[in-house]
Amino acid sequence: MRAFAELYQRLDSATSTRAKQAALIDTFAAARDDPSQWASAAWMVYFLAGGKPRQTAPTRLLWRLGVEGSGLPEWLCEECYSSVGDLAETLALLLPEGVAGEEISLDVWMRERLLPLPSLDEEERYERLRRWVEELPVNQRLIFFKLITGELRVGVSRLQVVKALAEVAGVEESRMAQRMIGYAQARRSLGAGDFEALIAEVAHAEALALDAGRPYPFYLAQSWQRPVADMHATLGPPGDWIAEWKFDGIRAQLLKRRENWRLWSRGEELISDAYPDLEPLARALPADVAIDGELVVMTPPPDASPDSLDGLQPFASLQQRLGRKVVSEKTMRELPVAFIAYDLLEHEDRDIRAEPQHVRRAKLESLTDQAFEAAKAHGRGLPLRVSPMIVAETWKALAAVRDEARALGREGLILKAREGAYGVGRRKGDDRTDVWWKWKLDPMSVDAVLIYAQRGSGRRSGVYSDYTFAVWSADEDAAERELVPFAKAYSGLSDAEMREMDAIIRKTTVETFGPVRSVKPTQVFELGFEGIALSKRHRSGVAVRFPRMLRWRRDKPVAEADTLEALRALLPASRDR
Amino acid sequence: MKAPAAFLGLLSSGSMDLIVATDRGLYSAAGDFHIDPWRPVARAVITHGHSDHARFGSAVYVCHRDTAPILRKRLGEVAIETAAYGEILTRDGVELSLHPAGHVLGSAQVRVAHRGEVWVASGDYKLENDGVSAAFEPQRCHAFITESTFGLPIYRWRPQAEIMASIDAWWRENAAAGRASVLYAYALGKAQRVLAHVDAAIGPIVCHGAIEGFNAIARAAGVALPPTRMAGEIGTKAEFGRALILAQPSAAASPWLKRFGDYSDALASGWMQVRGNRRRRSLDRGFVLSDHADWPGLLAAIEATGAERIFATHGSVGPLTRYLREQGLDAQALATAYGEEDEAAEGGPPPESSA
Repeated sequence: MRAFAELYQRLDSATSTRAKQAALIDTFAAARDDPSQWASAAWMVYFLAGGKPRQTAPTRLLWRLGVEGSGLPEWLCEECYSSVGDLAETLALLLPEGVAGEEISLDVWMRERLLPLPSLDEEERYERLRRWVEELPVNQRLIFFKLITGELRVGVSRLQVVKALAEVAGVEESRMAQRMIGYAQARRSLGAGDFEALIAEVAHAEALALDAGRPYPFYLAQSWQRPVADMHATLGPPGDWIAEWKFDGIRAQLLKRRENWRLWSRGEELISDAYPDLEPLARALPADVAIDGELVVMTPPPDASPDSLDGLQPFASLQQRLGRKVVSEKTMRELPVAFIAYDLLEHEDRDIRAEPQHVRRAKLESLTDQAFEAAKAHGRGLPLRVSPMIVAETWKALAAVRDEARALGREGLILKAREGAYGVGRRKGDDRTDVWWKWKLDPMSVDAVLIYAQRGSGRRSGVYSDYTFAVWSADEDAAERELVPFAKAYSGLSDAEMREMDAIIRKTTVETFGPVRSVKPTQVFELGFEGIALSKRHRSGVAVRFPRMLRWRRDKPVAEADTLEALRALLPASRDR
Repeated sequence: MKAPAAFLGLLSSGSMDLIVATDRGLYSAAGDFHIDPWRPVARAVITHGHSDHARFGSAVYVCHRDTAPILRKRLGEVAIETAAYGEILTRDGVELSLHPAGHVLGSAQVRVAHRGEVWVASGDYKLENDGVSAAFEPQRCHAFITESTFGLPIYRWRPQAEIMASIDAWWRENAAAGRASVLYAYALGKAQRVLAHVDAAIGPIVCHGAIEGFNAIARAAGVALPPTRMAGEIGTKAEFGRALILAQPSAAASPWLKRFGDYSDALASGWMQVRGNRRRRSLDRGFVLSDHADWPGLLAAIEATGAERIFATHGSVGPLTRYLREQGLDAQALATAYGEEDEAAEGGPPPESSA
């Protein structure tokens, strides 16, 4: 495990992407050249790519280890945890130093020690953990606890791991991305073979073996944040682009290989079983296709055409289906899902991602037309749509269409270069024309008052950075009014602002309940969010999506913050369901 | 001067208390002087020269003789009475003496004795001998007023030699790559401590002007420091590439740094013990080096005083006093305005408002 601990320290002390990349490449290359390290390297990749094994020791046991091992009162350990914000790090700092034993490889740690733990009884597990920690070199303690909690948080993205592995293996990034699909989701034991498969040369048989059920890496859009006036100069005429709605559903990839179909989420989770409603659609498709699109809830009229969006339901409806493993007939009747297709990645058993967007689109349209025709012949509709193209002569005209998005319950537009290929992950670059741009609406916002604060974790550990915001129940003229909480947010502040807020929270604390402090209402923030819906669960009666701090309104007195009425005014006018 | 009428009322009620907290600072009624007052008073006993402890406006300042030039640098020409460590100043039957606190050059604990009762106010202190300030000497007393900046058990320092070796290693690695090493360290204390122990053979050492002033004071007091230069005295970029550059933390991201070209940056502070504190500052490295006592240090110092009553100021007041009470000591909080500068505020959480 020494190599992993050293890599972790190197990554942790590197602030530039370049330095992190170099650290990954050095470590993977060393492993590549030494087959005895492959098994451990397989685990390293797993953890770096965000893999989390089923927790081998419950937090309760780790906590007991911290309390008993340090000999401190439990409340004091809690104070420490609250100050550090990460359980693994707190334990590494609290436990007394032992006497380091021999070096144990990461592979042995995982396969022989940690993974078998759950089958033992509690006392035996505790006893082993206690002994192992005593024999761990101090600089391996943090990483050891992270193996158990699974929260590596070392600031390496999956894409960086893919890039480094691609370089070490000498294969293309897109190929490596595909090899990595599902790798970090596995809850199985890994071995030397897994690392070998990652770094292997591309073999002829690979496509067959590897691609049997795996999706392509998703191509992600980046935000267009510049004014409309700049668009022509940067992007050229709108005719060079395909514009589509940005739907408020979940991104998914539908695969059909031979007779089997699969639905993958953007998080690379296999979710087919949760959406049996798509079965007829999958059956109507030809074999060996991969379609990228959006999963939504839709209650269409019976004769809807392939590009009709009639009956499209808001995200709140889809939310009721997310995370359900077992789906009843009733659910499928009340909340039927549909797949809005917007790209074709594989066609007739061929990877067509390198073909231009408009060519892929034409193929997608003809494919869905055929499927629809076939279904019609049997007198049925299909839970399939093609994302309609939005055509406008000028960027300004397109912007006007975009502005209608909110009333329609959509997030804005997506712009795709007509000649662009389907890439891997998120491409960065301000003026590139081979990217997908998401051109979102400006978020809705209200001025809200901070009333509770909680310490954050990870990068925000130890600092009061997670806030609950409230609006007034009535306006200033009312005889009585109170602050009604409606949203929690933690992003949007700079590190310096966060430190400043932390000090203010400590000075204005009224009461402390566990990790939460109520504060005297003194600070107003402009709080932005992407959507708003009625909610019975919230005291305010509304739930907002993706709330975040847009601006610290130091200029605004608390009394002038917005009211619940102003917040409710943002609710979409009730739409035809 | 009479004792201010408005006591804060946060301390125990006994009329025997030799030192109490007032809205101006810690006050000894029997000796009629304040300790590190944050508002002007007639007679201010100063534990050390950090600006949150040595403030402007008092009529007379009393401090260790090594602190006097620091006060003059900060406050200009003010009336100062100095004392050596252990020297007893007697007034109206009250004995006042200063004892090494090991925090920074000239830092002192304040011992007050009256009619057989002994109280000690620690100021800021650490137990490890840093080779620059006189090493901490515990004083037996009835009541001990202790700082608690790092009063949580996650704070346990590694030996100074080990930290200095890791600073050297970082500097050496940067120098080999032709990259300047910018180390942020508090201008008074931490900077001289680093200077006194790094391996000056690795390359030239450049100090920010704010630090150089304190270097001069330390050298005049007999502290051996390696030669240091100002940024303007270095001729070439290549020379910067081998240099260790010491700057106060507030210089981070300032235009002053531009001249050094490519550099690696690091902060020497006890707060660097927690990863989040370093990552929030986007620093390459954090060296866990503090001039304050760590958790075992606080407990050892408190134990060594033999005091029955403990008052904790600035830092983790709540956890420390609660822990001490559970150990059977009479421990409570004392509200002060310390810790607003110095390490207590450089990257770590600010002190609890009260606890």
